[in-house]
Amino acid sequence: MKTVEEIKAAIEAAVPSASVEIVQNPAPSAQHSLLLKAETAVAVAKFLRDDAELALDFLSNVTGVDWPDKEITEKVKVTKMVTKTVEGTEQQVEETVEETRKRVEPGYLEVVYHLYSMTKKHGPVVFRMRTGNRADDVKLPSMTPVWRSAEYQEREVFDLYGVEFVGHPDLRRILMWEGFKDHPMRRDYVEPDDFEYEPTAHDEVLKRAQAHQAAAAAAAEGQKGAAQ
Amino acid sequence: MTLSAAEFGARQHAGGKALPEGRMVIDPESGGDLLEVSMGPHHPSTHGVFRMDVALDGERIVRLKPVFGYLHRNHEKLGEEHSYLASMPYTDRLDYICSLTNNWAYALAVEKLVGQEVPERAEYLRLIVGELTRMQNHILSVGFLIQDMGASGTPLMYGFREREKILDLFEALTGSRMMCNYMRFGGCRVDATPEWLDGVRKVVAGMPAFADEFERLLCTNEILMARTQGVGVLRPELAVSAGVTGPALRASGVNYDIRKVDRYGIYDRFDFKVPLGEHGDVYDRFMIRLLELRQSIRILEQALKDVPGGPVMDPKAKIRNFRPKPGEAYGRIEAPKGELGFYLISDGTGNPYRYRVRPPSFVNLTVLEDMCLGYSVADVVLILGSIDIVLGEVDR
Amino acid sequence: MAVDEQLKIEMGKQGVFVTTLQELYNWGRRSSIWPMNFGLACCAIEMIATTMARYDLARFGAEVFRPSPRQADMMIISGTVTKKMAPQVVRLYNQMAEPRYVIAMGACAISGGPFKQGYNVLKGIDRYIPVDVHIPGCPPRPEALLEAFMTLQKKIDAQPLTGEARPRHLDEQAPGEFPVPEQGAHDLEPPANKSVWTVPVVIR
Repeated sequence: MKTVEEIKAAIEAAVPSASVEIVQNPAPSAQHSLLLKAETAVAVAKFLRDDAELALDFLSNVTGVDWPDKEITEKVKVTKMVTKTVEGTEQQVEETVEETRKRVEPGYLEVVYHLYSMTKKHGPVVFRMRTGNRADDVKLPSMTPVWRSAEYQEREVFDLYGVEFVGHPDLRRILMWEGFKDHPMRRDYVEPDDFEYEPTAHDEVLKRAQAHQAAAAAAAEGQKGAAQ
Repeated sequence: MTLSAAEFGARQHAGGKALPEGRMVIDPESGGDLLEVSMGPHHPSTHGVFRMDVALDGERIVRLKPVFGYLHRNHEKLGEEHSYLASMPYTDRLDYICSLTNNWAYALAVEKLVGQEVPERAEYLRLIVGELTRMQNHILSVGFLIQDMGASGTPLMYGFREREKILDLFEALTGSRMMCNYMRFGGCRVDATPEWLDGVRKVVAGMPAFADEFERLLCTNEILMARTQGVGVLRPELAVSAGVTGPALRASGVNYDIRKVDRYGIYDRFDFKVPLGEHGDVYDRFMIRLLELRQSIRILEQALKDVPGGPVMDPKAKIRNFRPKPGEAYGRIEAPKGELGFYLISDGTGNPYRYRVRPPSFVNLTVLEDMCLGYSVADVVLILGSIDIVLGEVDR
Repeated sequence: MAVDEQLKIEMGKQGVFVTTLQELYNWGRRSSIWPMNFGLACCAIEMIATTMARYDLARFGAEVFRPSPRQADMMIISGTVTKKMAPQVVRLYNQMAEPRYVIAMGACAISGGPFKQGYNVLKGIDRYIPVDVHIPGCPPRPEALLEAFMTLQKKIDAQPLTGEARPRHLDEQAPGEFPVPEQGAHDLEPPANKSVWTVPVVIR
C-alpha cells in the first residue's frame, strides 16, 4: 500500500485546491494520518473512495475527539530598555528579563475516520478534520453521502460531542434522549450529581461522593441561615 | 425496494422527530394511509432494549427508524476515566455473549499502541478461547433467530445445551462464565492446565455431531426456508458502503474476513475457509453461521494438536505504572459479529485520552431500514435477528 | 389460625389433609410466578440460561415467560437501567397487575454496579419502584437467580392475608401506580421517588 506521503501527493494531484497536512503518530503503530480542510474534504473523500489504486471503499470507524482550550504557561525572554543609574549618571541600558506569560491555545473538536479497502484488502488510511472552535464554529462536512457507514457514527459524534455535520440526511440525537441539552463526551461536561448514597465509595466515586456531601452540607447550612 | 447510497443522500427523514415511546399514531403527512408503530424498547424479539419506529401501509413496511441508547452505559467515558488495564473488565460487558473476543480486540489495540509482543503459548490460548467464543455465539444467534421465528424452545435449548459445555470451559480457565476478563497487554492472565486442554479437545470432538444434528433439524425445514429465503436481501455494494462486517457481509458474497486480511495472532498458520453466501438473504446469513461453526471446529482441531509450552505473559511486559508514550493506535479483530475495533489516543498519562470502540452490531444496523422496506412486520423480526446484534455493544 | 404442625402430619397419615386458607392461597400464588419476558443487558442472558434445560426454572413453576406485562406476576430487572430506559421500566411496572413482584438481578440493577459513574446510568431501580429481592453478582449465576426465586417464594408464603403486613393487592390504600420520571434537560426529574426510596443514613 502507498505511504501517507504518497497518498498526500496523489490527493494534491487529483484535487488541486486541497491542502493536506500529515499528522505524525509517534506510537509504534505508526498509523500516520491526513489532516483535511473542511472545504475540500468531500472531494478528497470521493477521490480516496474512487481511486483505482487506493479503492478505500470501507469506512470502518468514525471517532470524535475533544481538545479543550489549553492555558499554556511559558517563560519568555524579553529584552527591554531600562533606565538605570550607573555610576551616578542615568543611562539607557538593555536588559534581558525572564517573564512568565500565559496564553490560551484555542481548543477544537476533531473527527477521525479510519478507512480500509475491501477490494484491495489494505488499510488503514486515517484522516481527520478539525472544527474552528468548540462553541459556535462546529460545522464539518458529512461523509455519509460518500460512505453510508458514517450515518449513525456521525450522529453519535453529533450527540456526544456536538459536531454539526453539514449534508447529513438525518442529524438527530442518537444515544441520549431528545431534549437532552449537553454533549456528555466533552471534557468539560458536568455530570448530574446523584451521589447521595455511596456506602462503599472508592476512587472516582469517593471523590464525587465527597463533593456531593460538601455541597449538601453547604446547602443545609444556607437553609439554616435563611431560617434564622 | 432498497435505496442505493447515492439515493440515500437525497432522502430526508419525514418530520425529523421520533415517535413518542410505545404509541401508535396515524401518520398525518400520509393523509391517514400510514400507521406509525413504535416497536420496542420492550419487545420480546428485539434482543434487549432496541426500538424501531415503523411506518406501515397495511402490513408492509414503508419506513423504519431505529432508536438507540436504551442501554447507553457510557462505556467510552468510563474508559477515559479509568486506567488502561481497568477498562479490560468493562470490555467484557460490551458484547456480553462474547467477552473473550472483546478482551482480545482491546489487548490487540493497546499492544499496537505500545509495541508489545505476545508469547507463543498466549497466542495459542487466545486463538482457542476466541474460536470457542465464536462457536457459542453462532450457536446462540441461530437459536435466537429460530426462536424469533416462533419455534419457541427446541433449537434454542439445543444451543444452550452446547453453550453450557463451552461456558464450563471458560469458567474452569478464567473463573467466570460470561465476564472472563482473561487477556492482558502482552499475554493472558492465567495459564491453562493440560486437563483443561483435554477438556477442550473433548468438547470440540463432540461438536461435529451437534452441528450435524442442528443442520438436520433446521437447514431443510420447510417453514424455515419459506420464512427466510428471499427475505431481507442485502446487496453487496450497499453492504460495503454501509460498513457491514462479519457474517452479514459474507452472506452477501463479499470475501472479507479480518482473520484472513490482517492475519492477526496466529491465524495464518491454520487452514480454514471463509464461507460466502450468494443471495444475501436471511437464510444465507443463517447458513453462514452454521458453516463458520464448522470452520471454527477445523481451526480448533489444528490448534489443539500441539499447544507449545512457555510463558503466557511476556516477562518484559509492563504491568504496573502502565503509561504508553503519546500517540494513537487502531486495532481490530474479526469478532463473531463483525469487525470489532478499538481506537486509543494516549497523551502519556495512565488513562487513555480517547477510548473509542468501533462496535460491529451498531454499524451493521445502518442497513436495517434498507433490508426491511417492503417486507411485513413479522419479517422485520427475522431480519433483525439475522443481523445478530447485542445491545451492550450497539449502545455501549 | 395456624394448624399445629405435628397434628397435621398425624392427620395426614390417616388420610385427612388439613390446611388454612392462607396457606392454600399463598401456595397457589408462589407456585406459579410467571415472570415477564423482559431483558435489559448482560444478566438477561443468564436469565435465559436459567430457563434452559440445565438449570430448569420450570421446577419452580416459573418457566412461563409472558411478553405482556398484563399477564406477568414478576419482573426481573436483568441488567443496567439507564436513564433513557428508566421511565419505560416504571411504566411497565405500572402496567402489571397486582400481586406483582420485582427481582433486581445483578449489581447494575441494585446500584448501577460497575457503570455507576456513568452519566446515563440509574443508580439502582429501587429509586423508582419497590424491589422484593436483590441478587448481587455481575452477572449473578443461574443458581443465584434460583435462590432469588426461592427467597421470593418464602416471602410470599409468609405473607398473612389480613393485618398490617398483608400484601399490597389486599390493601386498598396501597399505591397502585408509581410516578413515571420525566427526561429533563440534564437528568431524570425527579432523580428519585421519595415515597419509595429515602436516602439511607451511612454511618461513617
